[in-house]
Amino acid sequence: MNSIGEECTELKKKYDDCFNSWFSERFLKGDHDDSVCSSIFKVYQECVKNAMKQQNIDFKDIDKDVLGTDNEFKVPPSDNNS
Amino acid sequence: MARYFENTIVFNFSWDQVARGYWKRYPNPQSTHVLSEDTWSRYVKDGCLYTKRLLTKTNRVPKWGERFFNAKSVKIIEESVVDPEKKVLITYTRNLGYTKVMSVVERVEYRPSGASQTVATRSAWVDSQVFGFSRAIRAFGVDRFRKNASQMVNGFNYVLHNMFPRQVPQHTVTHTLKEMRDAAAAATDRAKANVLSSVNRT
Repeated sequence: MNSIGEECTELKKKYDDCFNSWFSERFLKGDHDDSVCSSIFKVYQECVKNAMKQQNIDFKDIDKDVLGTDNEFKVPPSDNNS
Repeated sequence: MARYFENTIVFNFSWDQVARGYWKRYPNPQSTHVLSEDTWSRYVKDGCLYTKRLLTKTNRVPKWGERFFNAKSVKIIEESVVDPEKKVLITYTRNLGYTKVMSVVERVEYRPSGASQTVATRSAWVDSQVFGFSRAIRAFGVDRFRKNASQMVNGFNYVLHNMFPRQVPQHTVTHTLKEMRDAAAAATDRAKANVLSSVNRT
């Protein structure tokens, strides 16, 4: 899959590979130490942020958390379903 | 008032497999509308993995919608949390920008169902605040969402079958996919008619 910044796609692939093996081999097996991929993640993130700046994408809206907050939409009572 | 919609999907893969496959969902043959995918933030807290990703997708709107929504692509924020102990994966996606024209929020909860199946409970809220057109836009949004649902399942299953090859005979899968495609094509035709009649009523 491509990155939003063409120049970041290679870094993204490297990071994704690192993450996917960490997720399968460690995280799901109870090891929560996520430092393995942190250095490649930093480089990749910097690339993405630069690419987004060039495309005038507003970071503020992205940084806003919704999942797990009061802003999360709630499932309506079942008799109200349309 | 947002239109609410929900459905349930059963995957014939264990929860661990679905969770692993989730990050590799794209690309797949059904995801040609997904242009890019990036991890924006990621951390582990209290044993759970929190991720925020930014996706860009092509914006497919009917001709009548172009005056409200003429962007070539839309940006989507996907928040997720993985709890490996309880075996729960929750994803929450929303579009970034154009939310007054049409806001689509989707929440999916993946939980194990026995040892070899996973149930995804999918909720969606579609809203629009365009005066005079909100009803037609909401109807369009719900319809597009329904159609995307089967594409999402087919695409995800394709990836899971590749990652975890199994005993299911290939021809069965192909057959099902074809049936689903035919059903989707029929739904598209019905949807077009619905959208047109909604617009005419407005």
